[in-house]
Amino acid sequence: MKTLLVKGSEAIALGALAADCRCYFGYPITPQNEIPELMARELPKRGGVFLQAESELAAVNMLLGAASTGVRAMTSSSSPGISLMAETFSYLAALELPAVIVNVSRGGPGLGGIEASQGDYFQATRGAGHGDYHFLVLSPASIQEAYELTARAFSLAEKYRQPALILTDALLGQMKEPLRLRRLRFPRYPVEDWALTGARGRPGRTLRSLFLGPGELRARNLLLQRKYQAMRREARAEILYAEGAELVVTAFGSLSRIVREAVEMAREKGYPVAFLRPITLFPFPDRPYRKLAEGGQPFLVVELNCGQMVEDVRLAVCGRSRVESLALPPSDLPAPEDIYRRIRRCLAQR
Amino acid sequence: MSGPKMKFVFPRVLTERPFHYCPGCHHGIVHRLLAEVLEELELRERAYGVASIGCACFLYYYFDIDICEAPHGRACAAATGAKRARPELAVFTYQGDGDFAAIGLNESLQAAARGERITAIMINNTVYGMTGGQLSPTTLPGQRTTTTPEGRDPRMYGYPLKVAEILAQFPGVAYCARVAVNSPRRVLEARQALRQAFLAQLEDRGFGYVEVLSACPVNWKLDPVSANKKVDELTQTFPLKIFRTWEGL
Ligand SMILES: Cc1ncc(C[n+]2csc(CCOP(=O)(O)OP(=O)(O)O)c2C)c(N)n1
Ligand code: SF4
Ligand SMILES: [Mg+2]
Repeated sequence: MKTLLVKGSEAIALGALAADCRCYFGYPITPQNEIPELMARELPKRGGVFLQAESELAAVNMLLGAASTGVRAMTSSSSPGISLMAETFSYLAALELPAVIVNVSRGGPGLGGIEASQGDYFQATRGAGHGDYHFLVLSPASIQEAYELTARAFSLAEKYRQPALILTDALLGQMKEPLRLRRLRFPRYPVEDWALTGARGRPGRTLRSLFLGPGELRARNLLLQRKYQAMRREARAEILYAEGAELVVTAFGSLSRIVREAVEMAREKGYPVAFLRPITLFPFPDRPYRKLAEGGQPFLVVELNCGQMVEDVRLAVCGRSRVESLALPPSDLPAPEDIYRRIRRCLAQR
Repeated sequence: MSGPKMKFVFPRVLTERPFHYCPGCHHGIVHRLLAEVLEELELRERAYGVASIGCACFLYYYFDIDICEAPHGRACAAATGAKRARPELAVFTYQGDGDFAAIGLNESLQAAARGERITAIMINNTVYGMTGGQLSPTTLPGQRTTTTPEGRDPRMYGYPLKVAEILAQFPGVAYCARVAVNSPRRVLEARQALRQAFLAQLEDRGFGYVEVLSACPVNWKLDPVSANKKVDELTQTFPLKIFRTWEGL
């Protein structure tokens, strides 16, 4: 098995290639340019399509067109570009297209900055566009996981006929780690019964989202909601040191690595602290949260924004535990010691 | 009596569902011509249409082919994605002047400039039909619309955008024509133009574009016959012409 030293962005591109992604459409934006650049080099060699679009708006609609033909396709961008795609996200969800979107997010609002930030948590998990819909949202914490989750995203997207979003940030996108190019065997799912491939030997097919007949749109919405319910079984989280924990510290994505270090620091000093990291942000893995809240242990939610995931944690624990927020708006990254001090304070309040 | 016999043939590509268009609307005529061309070129089984947002957004009710809906203005980008993903498909968009030339102008021009092997049909009725007859980029100077109640004032809104004339300059465009369907002769010419615009992609020549000057009696506040005549007036601003073809003019 080959091991490479690559950036997170490159690992995402390699994960897409491992999943046999056939089409990439994108528009340049820092800090994710390594994805289109790697795809531009590699996809044509494999008989795939790389196309630089005139905007993120065009890119995501090219993605819509390609995905509608049942071909594995993706786009990637960073926060402002993702905002520009929002209208079409709603269409992708409405047309039930298996498309993969990557957000190597940066600080906002506005042009913001290019540092690591988790300010797009709401945008990712609540659906940036209009209407009642969700994306599947996966968030890796290492370069290895970025590779594997991207490949998995293609499989899940196909399984549920559903757009899947990888939410990561500048920190993971830009840092380098060894990547073991493991063979990935996520299943493929048939597309023949819905994809637009030309009406050979069958009636014409339509992918549409306009429903004006009485009750039609309601039925359509309920169908989507049933699917989102079914998707709950894909919820994933990493749980460490749950046994006898008196505080649960939770964080996602690259920041969770610093948080984990702080948790380990606390444990070395004898404090019984658990670590909980959601891997899927939608569906949110509320079961482990609920379970850990049964004993009434407090939670500390650490995030690189002004406090977004904390809302999902509060919903999951549903008043059983105290939930504290350590919200760190984009600036310098915290050191494990900063988080450790907050852990100490939380424990002192018991 | 000898001589050619007239026979009514219903194109198989069309479904039997009656059009929802207003009386005197030209969308229906263009649908019929498009269906005939798809049938003649034997494209039913590999056609991929993009229904855009406008009066013709229900395109899929009338054509028994594969059709995808695109957000307002993004038809050419969606068509690009489909064609690049599956080059064997015969991909076309069916758009209005607002969809193609206002909100979607960038996607339209860039797809044409790239020479995408797709066919774009643009129904130029000088208004936003679906939303009730507002100003569009192709509204004539002085033309009254619901958002220019005193008529389009060039000092405020400038002059109509001549899309065919713009596209005609792009080497990526293999075929570019403006047609009308308000007389039998023009209907036949329009059919020929549609055919050529499909051949442009089938023969791998480049982007195919047909702009159809179309009557919108309801929003022009005219009866169907007067609206049909009014299309002649439009041709003074929007001349009917084959602007570009790979075969040479
Ligand atoms: C993003 C967005 N903005 C606005 C609309 C509303 N809208 C629907 S159709 C349309 C204009 C259609 O005009 P045109 O493209 O000329 O087609 P026509 O109806 O005249 O055939 C508009 C503005 C929309 N559906 N989506
Ligand atoms: S509003 Fe105009 S374009 Fe729309 S269907 Fe009626 S006549 Fe045709
Ligand atoms: Mg119009």
